Formats: sequence, C-alpha cells, structure tokens
Amino acid sequence: MSASLLILIPLLPLIGFLINGIGFKTIPKGAVGIIGTLAVVASFVISVMTFNDFLASGSQPLVVPLFDWISVGDLRIPFSFQIDQLSLLMLMIITGVGSLIHIYSIGYMHHDEGFGKFFAYLNLFLFFMLLLVLGSNYVIMFIGWEGVGLCSYLLIGFWNKNTNYNNAARKAFIMNRVGDLGFLLGIFTIIATFGSVEYTEVFAQASSFSLEDPVIVTICLFLFIGAMGKSAQIPLYTWLPDAMAGPTPVSALIHAATMVTAGIYMVIRSNVLYSLAPSALEIVGVIGGLTAIFAASIGLLQNDIKKVLAYSTVSQLGYMFMGLGAMAYSASMFHVITHAFFKALLFLGAGSVIHAMSDEQDIRNMGGLRKKLPITFITFLIATIAIAGIPPFAGFFSKDEILAHVFEHNKLLWVIGVIGSLMTSFYMFRLLFLTFFGNFRGTHEQEHHLHESPASMTIPLVILAILSAIGGFIGVPEALHGSHHLAEFMSPLYDAAREANPAGFAPTTLSHSEEYLLMGVSVAVALISAVVAYVMYVQKASVPAPDSAEKSGLQRLVYNKYYVDELYDNVFVKSTKTLSNILYSFGEFFIDLFVNAAVRLTSFSAKMLRKTQTGSTGDYVFAMVLGIVAILFWKLLL
Amino acid sequence: MIPNPNIPEVSIPSVIQNIPLQHYLILSTLLFVIGIIGVLTRRNAIIIFMSVELMLNAANLLLIAFSSYKSDPSGQVFVFFIMAVAAAEVAVGLAIIVMIYRNTRNTDIGFLNKLKW
Repeated sequence: MSASLLILIPLLPLIGFLINGIGFKTIPKGAVGIIGTLAVVASFVISVMTFNDFLASGSQPLVVPLFDWISVGDLRIPFSFQIDQLSLLMLMIITGVGSLIHIYSIGYMHHDEGFGKFFAYLNLFLFFMLLLVLGSNYVIMFIGWEGVGLCSYLLIGFWNKNTNYNNAARKAFIMNRVGDLGFLLGIFTIIATFGSVEYTEVFAQASSFSLEDPVIVTICLFLFIGAMGKSAQIPLYTWLPDAMAGPTPVSALIHAATMVTAGIYMVIRSNVLYSLAPSALEIVGVIGGLTAIFAASIGLLQNDIKKVLAYSTVSQLGYMFMGLGAMAYSASMFHVITHAFFKALLFLGAGSVIHAMSDEQDIRNMGGLRKKLPITFITFLIATIAIAGIPPFAGFFSKDEILAHVFEHNKLLWVIGVIGSLMTSFYMFRLLFLTFFGNFRGTHEQEHHLHESPASMTIPLVILAILSAIGGFIGVPEALHGSHHLAEFMSPLYDAAREANPAGFAPTTLSHSEEYLLMGVSVAVALISAVVAYVMYVQKASVPAPDSAEKSGLQRLVYNKYYVDELYDNVFVKSTKTLSNILYSFGEFFIDLFVNAAVRLTSFSAKMLRKTQTGSTGDYVFAMVLGIVAILFWKLLL
Repeated sequence: MIPNPNIPEVSIPSVIQNIPLQHYLILSTLLFVIGIIGVLTRRNAIIIFMSVELMLNAANLLLIAFSSYKSDPSGQVFVFFIMAVAAAEVAVGLAIIVMIYRNTRNTDIGFLNKLKW
C-alpha cells in the first residue's frame, strides 16, 4: 500500500474544494458538479483499493508518517495517518455515502445560485471528516473535529439570507464548541498523563493502568463531553434538529455519513481507555438510552418531514451510545454503518419529496405521493422498514445486536431501548403513511407540479435502498446461523482492551432461545407500532391537527419538544446575555468616563486658549512685552 | 561705581567723563520706555516700526556708553552688528508694510487682524 495513494484520499476533496471555491464565479455549473463529485468518487475508489490491500496484506494496522508537525519539549505530535479496521470502515462510509450524496446534489441543487459554493463546502466537509478518521493521533482528530464543525456551520447557514437559518447555524456551531471544550480538556489530560497523543503510544501505556483508574475515567468523561456535542446527545442535542435549515443533501451528509458519527468513532477509537473505565461507560450508556427514548418521543408529534428524521437521528445515535455503554463496540459500529445507509436514504428521499412539492416540508400538506413518486416511495419504504428494525433489512441486525448486548448488561436500559424502538417504528411509519398514502392535501399548484426527481437523484436512492436492504448481512448473529463478518473484522481493534479488561469481552451468556426471544420482542414491537400507525393514518386517515388547534397538556409538552429550547434559552442564553450586557455597560461606563473626560478637558482648554488668538497685532505685542518683563523679573530679581 | 577686579583699570577719555554714566542710563531708559509705549499704543504700522527702532537705539546707546566707560571695544562691535541686523530687518519689514499698504490702502494694525482663530 503506497503512502502517496493514501494521502490522496483526503487530498482529493481538498483539491475539489480549492478548484470550486476559488473558481466559484467562473467555473460553469456543469463542471462544478462533475469536479466536486469526481473528487469524492476518486477517493472512494482509492479507499476501496486501500481496503483490499489491507485485507491482502494480512490486516496489519499501519501508521503512515507524513511530517513532523509539532514538537515542544518532550511532546512530539507527528502528522501521520493510521490505517486500521476502524478508519477503513469509516473511510468506506464517508466516501461511499458521500459520493452518492454528491451525485444527488447535482440534481437537487441544480437551480440554486450558490451551486459552486455548495460543492466547495461539501468537499471541504469531506476533507475534514477524512482527516478526522485518518489521523493517527488525537490532535489530528481534533483538527478534523473542528473542521467539520466549521463546515456544518457553513452548510447549515448555506441559505444565509434567512436570519432563522443563520441562527440555526450559529446554534450548531456554539453547541459544538461546548462539547469541543470537553474534548480539548480530554486531549490535554491525555498529554499530561501519557506525554503523547499518538493512539498506539497512548493505548500501549494505558494498558498498564488498573481498572477504574481515576485519571482514565476523567479522560473518558472529557472525551465523552466532546462526543455529546458532536453526536447530539442529551444535553447538547438541540442543535441537530435546527440543523435542518441547511439544504437536504447536507442533512443527509451530516446525519448519516459524517459529523454526528464522529462521537461514536472517537469512543470506539478510544476503546482501550473506555474499557478501563466501566463507570464512564455506564454514564455513556445511560445518556445514550435517555437520548434514544427522549428524542424518539419528540419525533412522535413532529410535522416537518426533516425534523422527524432529525429526531430520529438523535435517537439512533442514542442507541449507538447505549451499545458503547455495554462495551458492544462492534455492534455500535455496525449500527453506524447501517444507519448511514438508511438515514442517508431517508433524507435523500425526503429531499426528493420536498423537491417535488416545491419546497413544502410539512407532512400535513402532503399525502398520496405514492403514485406520483414511485421510486422515491419504494426506496423510502425500504428505509422505513430498515430503521424500524423489521427483518431482514439492515436496521434489524444492528439494532438487535445492540439491544442484545444492552439486555445482558442492564435490563432497565434494554426496556428503554425497546420502548424507543417502538416509538421509532411508529413515527417512521406515521411519516411514511402521511406522506405517501391517502389523498393529496397540498395546494392545487403543488399537485400540478408533482413529478419524480431526475435520474441523478433517483439513482443514489436506489443504490442506498439496496444497501439498506442487504447491508445487515455483514453482521448476522450466530443465533441465526450466520457469521458476523464485521465483528470478526474489527476484533483486532480490541486486543489491548481485551487484555486490560477481560471481563468486559467475555462471550455472551445469552442462550440462543433467549436471543430469539429478544429478537421476537423487538420485531413484534416494531410491527405493532407499524400496524397502529397504519390504522391511525391510513384507515382512519387522520391528519395531525394544525398548529392553531388546542392540544392537551402532554401533547403540547411533547409537540413543543419538552420546552428544552426555551429552558436553555432562559437558563443559558438569557443569563449570559444579561451578564454580558451588565459587563458591557459597566465597561462602557468606565471607558466612557475616561475618554469623555479627556475630550472635555481638551476642548475646554482649547476654548480658553483660542481666546488669546485675537488676531490683533497690538495684543500680540502686549503679550510679548509682558512675557519679556516676566522673564526679566525672573532672571534679575528672583 | 564699584571697581570690577576682572577688568583692568583703564583711563576714561575726559570728554566722556564730563557726563556721568547715570545720565546715559537714564536717557536710554527713557528712550526705551518711549519706544515701548509707542509700540503698545500706536496703531500705524510705520510708527510702531519707528518705535521699535527707538528701542534698538536705546539699547545701542547703552552698549556704547558702557563700552566707553570700560574702555572695552567689544560693545561697539556689537552695536555695529545690531545696526546691520536692524537695517536688514527694516528693509524686510518696510517691504511688507508697503505691500500691505498697496493691497489694503491701510497700515492700521487694528485692521490687520486676519491671523485669529
């Protein structure tokens, strides 16, 4: 595997960004999309080649040093890439799903005046994300981490003439900064403890620490705060639904393939540290479980097609963290992969619907789109089944694996997970039925305009639908007489962790019948919800009430997202604003006092002094004489 | 008079001895004061100019008187310098006044008050 080829993986999107970014005004639209897409497709091809080479050469992790970057005192931070099972998987998801999203964007954004800018940002986003997963140390991960934060800001606020969108972008940026502070503190603690940030070095040293060492727990908690911000966990999740302000392909990219999975990636990457700190994992699991059920419950009553999907992402990320909490690293990675497929598909499908509906996003004004958008409908249906966890589609295998691990680890969390899964299935089918079934509820103009999207949009949908349908077979559990390719593939990643905490990696104690039971429960729950949704929204054809209608207390609470945004607004935003206003006027008062006093003094003395400038020669001469007399007095008499 | 030990005692010409030094002092003071009053009170630029000359001459007179009484010629050399500089100054000053007069038909300094704030 040649190093130069590897460098191309992140470099190509960067070049694409530079070409499209610098030539934004001059490059014709047709070329922009091709350049932007080719850059990513080429990196995907190289990623696949690297993947094959990696398998062929015996799956040995490889660190490719590029140059020495920072060396201060004893601290050496090289700029180097690490190729191992985890970064390869992430590479495949990012470039693969990223390519599809790029192709889709050519169709979706075609009429947008910022077409070139959009592709430039998308490429930059992928560059940073690739840097994040390729880096061989925490500092490079942090560059990518911040970079995707920046790009999400740029992309969420892409239509920057709308103040609300800009506010959403700012919210995402600032909430991520809160998390990043935790991540930074984590990195500093790592440096202080291990004197290095290189993964190999840190993990090798960490193995000698004992279980539950307070330093390791602290590091894990700090890092998890970072993950909370990026992966939208309680309490830092409110930015993600607002991030829907950006163009739909951006939502797909952020939610499915890249940024929000960075938190999961980081925890899996640091599995040695986390395995040494079961108490930190406990917190990760609880937060994940709470987020999963909390966000799912908000999703139940949302009426914006993208917002439902956004809460669904938050909730699915919660599942992944729940899995991590049970030390089921591979299961969480599995869910990251399958989620990337079906969530990208859902978002792109939603984009296709929005495209057809002339920018209408409220599902109350849709309905009956099944016949007009057949491809979108079928792919959306597949994605819905996949995310609801109905076999044999992808979501079933990954979610079930997580739930099985969680069941073994903590029964209460499992119950939460199953309830969350019930809600997931319900809101997803509610979305599906309201959008594609029944009668059309939009305006006459919209109905007239309805059309299936162009091929550049439907082809990615179809590919993603196939992946969502069969993606789960990379990890069929043993109970179903399959072999878990993914877990086998990722197994070497946990060698050090396994040594440090053997108990955590003990083989499952669940018997096959118990596993069947668990699967049965989650599938039954999903099916029941789907049927309930069918009865409510297709048979009874009920449509969610308009915003103006009176709601019962609980409904209102859920519909308004538990007033968390308002709570944050009152507790953090308002108090910060008040404090800064006070400080501002305080500083203003003192500075003004000094500055204005100086001004007044100067102008007063000037006013006095200019009275002496009469212009009359006699006065000047008189002043001169007086002066001479004074000098004489002083010299002669004093 | 208090003899100055640093200056060697020299004879003073008898013609000059007839008039005591105090008289010169008083005369030049008077001339100087007249000059000052002239500068301060008169409004015609030319008369002010003449008053300035009067003050210069009062100073010159003092220099010469002391120089004679002390038999020290450097005072008289100074007077020549002062007269030369004064002549140059008068040439310039008169030229300015003539130009002002040509432009304004006036040499009243009360009228020439343009240099104010």
